[in-house]
Amino acid sequence: MSYHPSMIGLDGLAALIEALSVDGFRVLGPTVRDDAIVYDDIAGVDDLPAGWTDEQDGGRYRLKRRDDSALFGYAVGPHAWKRFLHPPLLRLWRAEPDSAGMKLTAAPEPEERFAFLGVRSCELHAIAIQDKVFLQGPYVDPHYKARREGAFLVAVNCGTAGGTCFCASMNTGPRATAGFDLTLTEFTGEFLVEPGSDAGAALLARLPQRAATEADIERARAVSERTAASMGRHMQADGVHDLLLDNLEHKRWDDVAARCLSCGNCTQVCPTCFCTAVSDVNDLSGATERTRRWDSCFSVDFSYIHGGSVRPSPRSRYRQWMTHKLASWVDQFGTSGCVGCGRCITWCPVGIDITEEVRAIRGG
Amino acid sequence: MVPVPFRIAKVIREIPGVYTWHLKSLDGKPFVYRPGQFNMVYQFGVGEIPVSISGDCREPDTLVHTIRAVGPVTNAMQQLRAGAVVGIRGPFGRPWPIDEVVGSDLIFVTSTIGLAPLRGLIHEVLHRREDFGKVVVCYGTRGIDDIMYEADLHKWRARFDMHVHLTVHSAPSGYRGRVGGVVAAIRAAQVDWPSAQAFVCRSETLTRQAVDTLAGLGVTKDRVWVTLERNMQCAIGLCGHCQIGPTFVCKDGPVYRYDQIEPLYSVREF
Repeated sequence: MSYHPSMIGLDGLAALIEALSVDGFRVLGPTVRDDAIVYDDIAGVDDLPAGWTDEQDGGRYRLKRRDDSALFGYAVGPHAWKRFLHPPLLRLWRAEPDSAGMKLTAAPEPEERFAFLGVRSCELHAIAIQDKVFLQGPYVDPHYKARREGAFLVAVNCGTAGGTCFCASMNTGPRATAGFDLTLTEFTGEFLVEPGSDAGAALLARLPQRAATEADIERARAVSERTAASMGRHMQADGVHDLLLDNLEHKRWDDVAARCLSCGNCTQVCPTCFCTAVSDVNDLSGATERTRRWDSCFSVDFSYIHGGSVRPSPRSRYRQWMTHKLASWVDQFGTSGCVGCGRCITWCPVGIDITEEVRAIRGG
Repeated sequence: MVPVPFRIAKVIREIPGVYTWHLKSLDGKPFVYRPGQFNMVYQFGVGEIPVSISGDCREPDTLVHTIRAVGPVTNAMQQLRAGAVVGIRGPFGRPWPIDEVVGSDLIFVTSTIGLAPLRGLIHEVLHRREDFGKVVVCYGTRGIDDIMYEADLHKWRARFDMHVHLTVHSAPSGYRGRVGGVVAAIRAAQVDWPSAQAFVCRSETLTRQAVDTLAGLGVTKDRVWVTLERNMQCAIGLCGHCQIGPTFVCKDGPVYRYDQIEPLYSVREF
């Protein structure tokens, strides 16, 4: 069905946060902490990063004041929503010795429902990709499912492209097209709100608003076009699957390996990287607890089997990450694992740029 | 995702550093699986490892695992005695394609502990003996003290409807058995090479050697089946550790048709 867009002001945005909270959602959104824009609990409009923007480049992220007090005038920061849907650290179960040998108890799933405020188009695509990984295979991840189901997504159409953004070339943005309940386009002090689901339309009906005009809708479209035209990076994505898999012994892998520190930052900030490791911790009561944490294919231990690691060299580990992200991912899940958010470029301590690496391999 | 407790009913010391467990579930439920699948085996407070299932799938009341002590978990497990309780998650992975090879001569090529993932398949083939042509096992070990499942090998050798070519790399003087590599044992096999199906379980390097030998005799790579090992933590395709290119060994494998995995297999450190 088609929904009718509306215009809301700052009072409408405040009412949106309030309404989500009243409906029992844990409202999460962007906020400034430790000189970065991160995702955390949001109590009201005042928690949003008013008047902030960011400068991003390979290995560089700086917050800077804007001339206005825009609430969403920046690109994505180091956090991705996966930290809530696919938590970095998760208790799986606890085992205690008993007369029968041992008693295992699965950790309970949280009952809270998330509302994400300010989900960018690239991030909607990233969530859709993780949905495929965790929910649509032969095995479903019950932990992801419990968190994902019932989540309410308020998207924001980016009004500013970051220096490392390349969603336009990955066809993942900057305009949100699906997978949200509501989407906002920010003008000064006002937002065009477009529902994307019945739940979104019902919530919108509760907010102070006015009907959107053709001119409002046109203005919003212009915002997305302007953003699309100012992407900091470009990736020539067509044919990249075959390009990488046909060049597994390309000399560029040696070149990038000489720069890569194998730190794993790229995998931690990537909104689609999903790998985890489990570890068991024993306590003095004799019980043991298994936790799952994010892992990275950049560690030597990642591929350890008896006798050694399958990928001992940084060359093979970088190749694993990039060929998985851009090529094998398509074979596994029918979609690229890259959404063009640029986080891996920004947060790489040495500024390795995935778009540049693709270009170098393409260049021969 | 949570292990189910099983009690170790029996421990068999196979060869130095290798032991076999017979396990019974605490709740008495049968453990249903197909040969070639694996379990995640957990020792309370120590850790969890993937292990192929080595028993006879027609005896689902006894779960059989053969384990080599190579790391912290498998070394700790080696200390366990009958009566101890361990956790099991499984079965996982794709089994050996037994129904796809009905009517063909079968050749099994393996070395030392590589017999463990094939043992259940050989048992099942013998249960369905009339479904297949000739059955030949080519098994190589380093020395005469490394021969696994000796009781099985004796029984198999005594049968008139199968052949066992056992070879050791080195033997004390006076040893009257075959000495040499598995390649020679493969060449000694008498099967209909243009239609035979081969099941290979060895290290990746030696697998290639076996596949080349088989190819030289006329076994095309689409008739060679292998089972692979990778780091596994979740066993359900979600943790990412076992990937080789597009495939997750835990759910797409561990059994592969060789021609389908060869391009990935031959890339160094892929």
